[in-house]
Amino acid sequence: MIKRIQPRVLAKPQSASARRERALIHGPSHITGRWRFPLSANSRRAQSEHTLTQRQIAGRLCPAVGSCAFYLPIFKTAKKPRAGRTHPDIRTVLRWVRSGKMLAIISNVFRASAQRNGAAVIMSARTYADFTTQATFEIKKCDLFKLDEGPATQVVLTRDEGLQYYRIMQTMRRMELKADQLYKQKIIRGFCHLYDGQEACAVGIETSINLSDHLITAYRAHGYTYTRGGTVKEIMAELTGRRGGIAKGKGGSMHMYCKHFYGGNGIVGAQVPLGAGVALACKFQGNNQLCVCLYGDGAANQGQIFETYNMAALWKLPVIFICENNRYGMGTSVERAAASTDYFKRGEFIPGLRVDGMDVLCVREATKFAADHCRSGKGPILMELQTYRYHGHSMSDPGVSYRTREEIQEVRSKSDPISLLKDRMLSNNMASVEELKEIDVEVRKEIEDAAQFATTDPEPPLEDLCNHIFCDMPSLEVRGTNPWAKLKSVS
Amino acid sequence: ALIYLLKYPYLACLRPTQKMNLFQSITSALDNTLASDPTAVIFGEDVAFGGVFRCTVGLRDKYGKDRVFNTPLCEQGIVGFGIGVAVAGATAIAEIQFADYIFPAFDQIVNEAAKYRYRSGNMFDCGNLTIRAPWGCVGHGSLYHSQSPEAFFAHCPGLKVVIPRSPIQAKGLLLSCIADKNPCIFFEPKILYRAAVEQVPEDPYTIPLSQAEVLQEGSDVTLVAWGTQIHVLKEVASMAQEKLGVSCEVIDLQTILPWDIETVCKSVVKTGRLLISHEAPVTGGFASEISSTVQEECFLNLEAPISRVCGYDTPFPHIFEPFYIPDKWKCFEAIKKMINY
Repeated sequence: MIKRIQPRVLAKPQSASARRERALIHGPSHITGRWRFPLSANSRRAQSEHTLTQRQIAGRLCPAVGSCAFYLPIFKTAKKPRAGRTHPDIRTVLRWVRSGKMLAIISNVFRASAQRNGAAVIMSARTYADFTTQATFEIKKCDLFKLDEGPATQVVLTRDEGLQYYRIMQTMRRMELKADQLYKQKIIRGFCHLYDGQEACAVGIETSINLSDHLITAYRAHGYTYTRGGTVKEIMAELTGRRGGIAKGKGGSMHMYCKHFYGGNGIVGAQVPLGAGVALACKFQGNNQLCVCLYGDGAANQGQIFETYNMAALWKLPVIFICENNRYGMGTSVERAAASTDYFKRGEFIPGLRVDGMDVLCVREATKFAADHCRSGKGPILMELQTYRYHGHSMSDPGVSYRTREEIQEVRSKSDPISLLKDRMLSNNMASVEELKEIDVEVRKEIEDAAQFATTDPEPPLEDLCNHIFCDMPSLEVRGTNPWAKLKSVS
Repeated sequence: ALIYLLKYPYLACLRPTQKMNLFQSITSALDNTLASDPTAVIFGEDVAFGGVFRCTVGLRDKYGKDRVFNTPLCEQGIVGFGIGVAVAGATAIAEIQFADYIFPAFDQIVNEAAKYRYRSGNMFDCGNLTIRAPWGCVGHGSLYHSQSPEAFFAHCPGLKVVIPRSPIQAKGLLLSCIADKNPCIFFEPKILYRAAVEQVPEDPYTIPLSQAEVLQEGSDVTLVAWGTQIHVLKEVASMAQEKLGVSCEVIDLQTILPWDIETVCKSVVKTGRLLISHEAPVTGGFASEISSTVQEECFLNLEAPISRVCGYDTPFPHIFEPFYIPDKWKCFEAIKKMINY
């Protein structure tokens, strides 16, 4: 008897192909037994994720090997095997399954089909099941200050966008966790400020601005370096101080730069006037670009931020000030540090938005709104992203002396940005669990390779110690520890 | 033992001592201050729970949250606020979290604190202000956690700049700075916070400012340094004695501004050779000031050019730190060259 499961996913009327699919999945009755197999059930929440009946395996194999004639005697209308291709009989196939070879064959086939289709490798060649290509979501309304209307609350997320965001956020998360691991192994030394928990901010912002726009942030910069165009390899090599690093190993964790990304700044609050300056240059050059200038809740109390607000508003600079409020300025909670924790109102004469920074769609919409505001010449705008960091301030901070582990766990379980996106996509049939798992696997591999590179790449040469102090003064003799030991600065 | 007691009069009464490292001796000094001076307040970033280097552990519980409190993240605000507290008559001890972050406050220190007494004709002063900051390289600090900015402040009359080398000196010098009627900046070598351990007296005691200390008598070369570098030079002195038979006189400058010209010059007159060493970049570092003053005063006594073994003229590097710092081999090489001049 065919067990009928009515998943929410396949709510469509049963076409012939859908019926065939169900029959394939459940298979003929003579195939029995369970096999532990990494492929998880196609949204079959009733079943465990890690096991498939052999019927199901057999059902999946059929599309892959191109024919089901020999396999399902009930379908007499099934296609004949194509000329020139021999199909393995079912016993051979099952032997492959037991030996684990099927996974390789299936992934090869899918890869081939993907190349043919030009789509990204998706584990399940779901030619029969449809993913919804886009869905509309209701997001939290933003608090507004000096604005009549805010960003949209109904947003459309397409499947491709969702997968892209998921991939980027997962890469950032794994990269930070890998950095944590390498730091504990003392391969990375110095200071390392990790960004996990705040990925939605970086991804949301980047998707709403162009690569030709500018961005500057403080020291928690690994995520932004990635979204702005750095590769994981370069970032990790910079953390370990090797010559393959994005700043040639001379900057370290806090000083990573790439095109239109001005770092990576160590001194708290010092990057905000710089950001306003970049915006002034954009306005002056008339290239319709803007500058996104980020700082934290601790930096929001620095005097130079207020000086910058004044200049930006006075000269109507196209700058988006973004305060990433992760509730703690190193070890001090915002209530103990700020007279007013409404950071989006601190601009006083600059309009402000308060945004849920754990939801990538909220951040995206708000940044889009802010970018439109700036590009239309209305001047600066201030956004406060309410977010959270799971790690401590830096690797030397355990992160639990000023907050409880329960709090961290609560945020992780309720508002983790990656989980939020994943749940949204899965519950609206925009992706399958195994598809996302496949992305996870690829991301993990990428990070492993990058860590390998970062550990084995050689360090920069000693001559680099004195390079790049000044410009256009080659062969500058750099005086050093002894009067006779001078190094030459060759660039 | 008697000579030891005579040499260190502050230990003469054989008071009860306790094994303390540098940050504990700082805590002890602050504890003594808060106990004896009812107007003393300590403030800075994160000082309430004890500070990022544990220098103020337990003080808030003991003396109350209106005397030991956190400020928001604003160095200019911290120092400006401290100047105000000092002018009004309370003893202010401000902490800047790292010496590298003192630059937003540079204007307040140089333009306000240092010039207050002068510009008001002695009517007002902020002598009750002491600024403490962790200082110096630490092995993995990189650009913004390893700087030694004493030279910037040495150029500013009206301030006193003090750097201890060990827990006993730290406590005594800090208490002198707090008692001193001039605004003082007290740099604490962060690499020594845990590494330097000594038996420090629990009672308050002061070590006079603007007095350099001769740690080791010698007749051939004078070695001058302050803070962490003194320990390097002590090792260099023993290396020189062993390998070159050169007897070195090691002087700890302790107070950078106003510095003890007399002790250093007397020593150079005796030995004829001078080596000055610090981690800060060589151009414009404090060694240049010592060097030029000494050559003015003791020109004819010099047997060899004054040698400065300092950091390179680059920003403090991230991965190149072991090459950058003036370690014992570079100093030893310098002594060899001076002896063979």
